[in-house]
Amino acid sequence: MIKEKRQILIFLLFAIIILLVPLFLKGNYFLNVLVFIGINTLLAVALNLLLGYAGQISLGHAAFFGLGAYVSGILTTRYPVDPWLALVIAALCAAALAFVIGFPILKLKGHYLAMATLGFGIIMYIFFNETVDWTGGPSGLSGIPNLRLGPLTFDNDQNNYYLVWMITLGVMLLSINLSHSRIGRALRAINDSEVAARVMGVNARMLKVQIFTVSALISAIAGSLYAHTMMFISPASFGFNFSVELLTMVIIGGLGSIYGSFLGAAILTMLPEFLRVFRDFDIVIYGLMLILITMFMPTGLIGGLEALVKVIVSKIKGSAAKNA
Amino acid sequence: MKKCFISTTLFSVIVTILSICMAGTQAFAAPPIKIGALFSVSGPAAFLGEPERNTAQMVVNEINKAGGIKGQKLELVVIDTQGDPAKAVQGANKLIKDDKVVAIIGPSTTGDSMAVIPVVEKAEIPLISCAAGIKITDPIKKWIFKTAQNDALAVARIYEHLNKQKISKIAILTVSDGFGSSGREQLVAHAKAFGMDIISNETYGPKDTDMTAQLTKIRGSSAQAIICWGTNPGPAIVARNVKQLGIKVPLFMSHGVSSKKFIELAGNGAEGIMLPSGRVIVASQIPNTDRQKKALLSYVNSYKKAYKVEGDHFGGHAWDAMMLLKGAIEKAGISPVAIRDQLEKTAKFAGIGGTFNYSAQDHAGLAKDAFVLVEVKNQNWKLVK
Amino acid sequence: MDNPSQLVQYVLSGLSNGAIYALIGFGFAIIHNATGILNFAQGEFVMLGGMFTIFILSFFNLPLVPAIVLAIVFSTLVGILFERLAIRPLKNVKPLSLVIITIGASIFIRGAAMLIWGKDTHALPAFSGNAPLYVYGATIMPQHLWIFGITLLIIIANKLFFSYSIIGKAMRACAYNAHAASLVGIDVKIMVLLSFAVSSAIGSMAGIIIAPLTMTSYDVGIMLGIKGFCAVIIGGMSSGLGTVLGGLLLGLLESLGAGYISASYKDAIAFIILLLILFIRPEGLFKQKETQRV
Repeated sequence: MIKEKRQILIFLLFAIIILLVPLFLKGNYFLNVLVFIGINTLLAVALNLLLGYAGQISLGHAAFFGLGAYVSGILTTRYPVDPWLALVIAALCAAALAFVIGFPILKLKGHYLAMATLGFGIIMYIFFNETVDWTGGPSGLSGIPNLRLGPLTFDNDQNNYYLVWMITLGVMLLSINLSHSRIGRALRAINDSEVAARVMGVNARMLKVQIFTVSALISAIAGSLYAHTMMFISPASFGFNFSVELLTMVIIGGLGSIYGSFLGAAILTMLPEFLRVFRDFDIVIYGLMLILITMFMPTGLIGGLEALVKVIVSKIKGSAAKNA
Repeated sequence: MKKCFISTTLFSVIVTILSICMAGTQAFAAPPIKIGALFSVSGPAAFLGEPERNTAQMVVNEINKAGGIKGQKLELVVIDTQGDPAKAVQGANKLIKDDKVVAIIGPSTTGDSMAVIPVVEKAEIPLISCAAGIKITDPIKKWIFKTAQNDALAVARIYEHLNKQKISKIAILTVSDGFGSSGREQLVAHAKAFGMDIISNETYGPKDTDMTAQLTKIRGSSAQAIICWGTNPGPAIVARNVKQLGIKVPLFMSHGVSSKKFIELAGNGAEGIMLPSGRVIVASQIPNTDRQKKALLSYVNSYKKAYKVEGDHFGGHAWDAMMLLKGAIEKAGISPVAIRDQLEKTAKFAGIGGTFNYSAQDHAGLAKDAFVLVEVKNQNWKLVK
Repeated sequence: MDNPSQLVQYVLSGLSNGAIYALIGFGFAIIHNATGILNFAQGEFVMLGGMFTIFILSFFNLPLVPAIVLAIVFSTLVGILFERLAIRPLKNVKPLSLVIITIGASIFIRGAAMLIWGKDTHALPAFSGNAPLYVYGATIMPQHLWIFGITLLIIIANKLFFSYSIIGKAMRACAYNAHAASLVGIDVKIMVLLSFAVSSAIGSMAGIIIAPLTMTSYDVGIMLGIKGFCAVIIGGMSSGLGTVLGGLLLGLLESLGAGYISASYKDAIAFIILLLILFIRPEGLFKQKETQRV
């Protein structure tokens, strides 16, 4: 019971901080960065559900992100579809594709799954690039309208921040709940040993496809939000490089940790800001981080932070006991 | 606990002293004029962004050495977009809201430019793009200008030449990226006006290493000339493949490969290839009567001195943007609105890309004469009269 | 130009591309068979071969042949370093971690190449000139002959090595069952090291012989690596005839697809083939189905 309460408190604290931040950053450009961090967090959480919980690697998640963005973009520019409806349709399209692809692709494991998802991602990218009549091809799709809610138009940083983060917080809450539920435990069982899980009665095949579908759905929602806030999309943002960035975010933050996904997304979105002078180093650093964190800190930075907090807490408790 | 207290106090004192010092130096020096730059210095369009960044920095250094503009120094804040429109938007936001720049030059690519247009228009800051896409300034946008020549002008140059040679059946081979697809659009759009019949319309991917399939198809058609539209290394491979397949019809390229690198990569496949280009790659062959000669030579020489390699066509776009901006600030001051209005009045500015004439209806500023036709002869560029 | 010679042209360029894919596929197969790992970074060794050669040619001014030999040596060294630093220290890691580490390594090698050699494309001089040769109305370059010849040599060498030499047989033993192999006195660690060395040597050789035709830059490794993987999957992870056939088949289908269907979707064709094989017959087209004990 205590554990449950603590989880809820941590999340409330996190949510409150997130919701209060814009009040201190009025008109500051950093608010814009935080909007991107929000979208990236959403994507990282989606990938984490698949990779961290169920242990299935995907090197093509940018494809679902792109699919959501393009479906939304095309429906609202070439056809007079309402942006919110377009968002829903985009999410459903991605979910449908994931469901269909999921069955054959998730039969594969390890490196084979990695290669297959990589191939899938590149096929989608080529598709985005070549179907010029629909997607505008390499020159991109511009003039995508903003989302609206009554009198509010989401066309500035403050409004976009709340739009993106309300959705992201919601998804984070649902994911944390998921991890503490029966389904979450089943997913972890599949992660540890799929055969053992099956023996225990878990319908591994179905569950893997379902989580893959949910992951794709969330990624597509992120894509739709991206399209309506940027008002311009091009295939360059949805290629293999971005799939690798997402993977790095999840790994650095910590596999299986939702807050870790936020940490990973935040670091990787802000890193280019600090490394502006050393721009070319970023590929090398991504690669190095993937290797080092997987080798030495498999629980990611969140794991490291948690360990640090534990040490501090025990030190405080210890000195409190001494002084008592 | 005591140790903690002492070190914390010491730390705070040091930080405070440093901050006062930094604030102090800021207050005593006259604030520099901040100009933002968005270039794709790394990533697939680095061949554009790097020379552009170098050129812009070189011009700013020159201006500052000469005392700045009316005594005020310039500060160039460069942000690398990595060829990613999302990073371009982030960069634009930072330049506008954080660095509070008065104007922005760049981006290097059409994709990046299209992405930042809504941001810049909303913030009402003038932008001078170095990208070629015609969509950037057509339809016209109040705050957006560009210095790179439109693809349409390059296409017109080639078509004109083909008309002279009485060639009308052509094959086009374009790369499937922003530059190539824009070129393809223009080639198709202007074909009728020049009496061109495009009998073969092929594409290749930016990372493709073998175009013999497409060229074999073209070889089997009745095309009298081939126009290849892309940026290195694709066209170099096309040139080699053409040689390999023994294709004899003339091969034209786009201004995307108007650099020595293309000749180097294409080897002996480059001989005889013609393309439209800005004057800068044949600067020494331009007659002295040409209005641009002075700017061309000055640019080529300064770039060589500063960076040890030859200045090229792409860096030239940044040169034009910076000099146009300099002119506008000199005449109108540093408020973004004034800069924009002054830019719009630009007339007969002889730059690297051509002679610029902006107006309220034209923010691209160049005409057909911005391009000359050059030919590869003896592994070097030769002006075609 | 008539249709038969068009067809011959497509077939010839398809086969020469396929030979390269086969060589890259060998690299995947050798490491996988010795260690069970898929070396995601295989494509980067192909890149290193070409880049090292160009670097040595321009920096040390050596003639072509010594430059090539040195380049292969350097690439092999990188492969060995990679094995010692990133693979060997991992004793009991999850397979997922291995995947991520090899992905991280491939990114790192690519990033390092970009930092050291820049983003430019470079051309390697052709081994024996640029005069096209005519075959049944189609043309190929002398370099294509080099590709076919060297691929053949490597295939034969591979076959001899793995079937008839002690070390080769020892490596195969490790592939079947590493525990049993160590019980009979085979030093598994050395075998693993050797598999990486051989793989990187073959990979870099592939990169060198194709560089005069396709030019090279820091990021050619990604696509080539995936296509090589495709070849080895079609061939059933064999370090012999299966992969060769897989590579040739892939090259042919790609070339014919580009010629007769659409050149823009050429890469998509390769990946769709990859997905189809992985979905329908993951053990490859040329192998018997295997059962696995759980």
